[in-house]
Amino acid sequence: MWTFGGITSAIDRHLSDAMGPLGAQITELAIAGVVLLGGGILMSFTLGYMERKVAAFMQMRLGPNRVGFRGSLQIIADTLKLLFKESFAPGMSDKFLFNLAPFIMVVATMLSFAPIPFDPALQIFDINIGVFFVSSVTSLSVIGILIAGWSSNNKYSLMGAMRSGAQIVSYELSAGISLVTIVAFSGTMSFSGIVASQADAWWIFKGHLPVWIAFVIFIIAGTAELNRAPFDLAEAESELTGGFHTEYPGMRFAMFLLSEYLNMFVLAGIGATLFLGGWMPLHLWDLHGFNQIMDYIPPVVWFFMKTFFIIFVIMWFRWTFPRLRIDQLLTLEWKYLMPISLVNLIIVALVVILGLHF
Amino acid sequence: MNLFDDQPTKFVESEEDFVVNVGPQHPSTHGVLHLKIKLEGETVRDVQPHLGYIHRSIEKMSEAGSYRQFSYLTSRMDYLSSHINNQACALAVEKAIQVEVPERARVIRILMAELTRLASHELWWGATGLDIGAVTPFFFSFRDREAILDIFEETCGARLTMNYMVPGGVMIDIHPNFQRRVKDLLPKLRKNLKEYDELLTGNIIFEERTKGVGYLSPEDAVSYGCTGPVARGSGVRCDIRKRYPYDGYEKVQFEEIIETGGDCYARYKVRMREMEQSIRIVEQLIDTIPEGDFQAKTKNVLKPPKGEWFVRVETARGELGVYLVSDGTMHPYRVKFRSPNFSNLSALKQMSVGGKMGDLVATMATLDLVIPDIDR
Repeated sequence: MWTFGGITSAIDRHLSDAMGPLGAQITELAIAGVVLLGGGILMSFTLGYMERKVAAFMQMRLGPNRVGFRGSLQIIADTLKLLFKESFAPGMSDKFLFNLAPFIMVVATMLSFAPIPFDPALQIFDINIGVFFVSSVTSLSVIGILIAGWSSNNKYSLMGAMRSGAQIVSYELSAGISLVTIVAFSGTMSFSGIVASQADAWWIFKGHLPVWIAFVIFIIAGTAELNRAPFDLAEAESELTGGFHTEYPGMRFAMFLLSEYLNMFVLAGIGATLFLGGWMPLHLWDLHGFNQIMDYIPPVVWFFMKTFFIIFVIMWFRWTFPRLRIDQLLTLEWKYLMPISLVNLIIVALVVILGLHF
Repeated sequence: MNLFDDQPTKFVESEEDFVVNVGPQHPSTHGVLHLKIKLEGETVRDVQPHLGYIHRSIEKMSEAGSYRQFSYLTSRMDYLSSHINNQACALAVEKAIQVEVPERARVIRILMAELTRLASHELWWGATGLDIGAVTPFFFSFRDREAILDIFEETCGARLTMNYMVPGGVMIDIHPNFQRRVKDLLPKLRKNLKEYDELLTGNIIFEERTKGVGYLSPEDAVSYGCTGPVARGSGVRCDIRKRYPYDGYEKVQFEEIIETGGDCYARYKVRMREMEQSIRIVEQLIDTIPEGDFQAKTKNVLKPPKGEWFVRVETARGELGVYLVSDGTMHPYRVKFRSPNFSNLSALKQMSVGGKMGDLVATMATLDLVIPDIDR
């Protein structure tokens, strides 16, 4: 298995030699921050481009194909356009909160990158409460949306914010419970521990039906948390003309977009890590020959393959489903997903206690 | 029955009310319609449409021109049914000057009218998907609509504001490719209708969003003067093509589509099934276009005798009536259009009060409003 271990430990060694353990740690954190920021922006560009291409594929159109190779520079052109837009806030709006909201969104998203292992050696910090940390940090984005909608001085934005408040807080529960199923299976909340527990096979194969149920619920609830179609009620462009970000111009709008794409990546990354083994190659119990062949593919490739698979599924939803109504959305969560996931959790507990899983 | 027994007809707005202006610039008003809606949370408590943003005084201008000229203006009214609007005008003038339309022209007119209905319903299907939050149907429907518009373009040179049907027949003969292209297109359209069903009709979210939403009882539909798929979705038999056939509709086989649900889903089903019937009509006629003249001999300057005439046709959105008064000169004394959208819109409040904001959008989508037809 080729990992980033060599590179990261070499950097660590050189920095430690040069400036001592504390200095090395601070510098490493700074490097991680810069890499994360750059990688995050690159990732949102990639996902923006991918979304357009997936949409074009679903809708029988060409998608961007003029700027750069097959339109690959289109996103950069769009960003430039957004950069040059006049930055203003609506009259009578709360300017401070209005400007603050996009930053809260981006910061909340960036924080949730921290414990995700892209590779055995490529993880910003491996805390033992990784799952807990991620689920709490991702829910911060609701504050950004609420502030954005409230401070815009626009009735559509206010409605969008209120909807999203009800929506994200509700779906947080189902998403959280489905994460707990995997915590129960693997017996750890640390992401590296969860990945290690899938060394013989991924949980989706090992955990029988309950894990499938949890996975489906996680994808549904996650899509709702992302505010993406069919749960994009906070924007709902046909009803609310853009909802909470109706009034946002230029780069501040782009930051909402950035955080949406990064959130999608984080969600897919968590889903891939918990259910599909994260960076762990496809291992099937004691088929050593097969497992060894799989090990030739670097872990980071595995991670991105799985993540992009989930991202594709989420995009697929978006371009095929109509939008739910707000009461139907809450009914789905409180009457179906939540009870199902609670019962599923009990079943998981039984499966784990009785040792019925592989 | 007084429909307003339990609700004030006037839109009363107080300081505490949460009033949202939907439109004139709003993605789901499909044009410059302005709705004032009073909300309580997400629930719609009152709706008032405001009209007049696109008023172009088409009726008044019609009276300034000659009898041949005013149908040019009607293409711009319900621009998705412009062939059928022209047909209504042509029929009214023909009735006034008492001219017999050649058989070939009558068949061509039905073919064009049904293709127009198909194109219009296809656009409606896409737009409804868009309003309910699915973007993809819009592209699917545009693919098929484009194919029909290409056929129109070949024959009459226009894609949107045709002025093809004139008093006495049609303006020019069909393009030599017309029959072949239509025959090529029909199987594709049938196949694509199945695709439409797969993408939207059977979708559980779509069903949830439309079933039981925007209910309009048959009594209310009649009382508000709703026509077309809106009334037929409530179980009212009102297809002009069947009730008062014109241009030879009595000779073709097709069904009057009736659904009794009265909700958005019923109106949706009516239009979906109507598309099949339109294909059926075109299939019957495309091989049997009779030879002969495409236009009757008429005078250059039409001067109907004194009198008044009323004709009605079934556009894609319902009954279009043309009321024509002549004082014996070369200009119409009065032209009045009875447009389907105006009446259909009037039922919006009845259908949407008590529902959610999202239901209002779904209801508007299944009313299939074309605003220039309301603000003439």
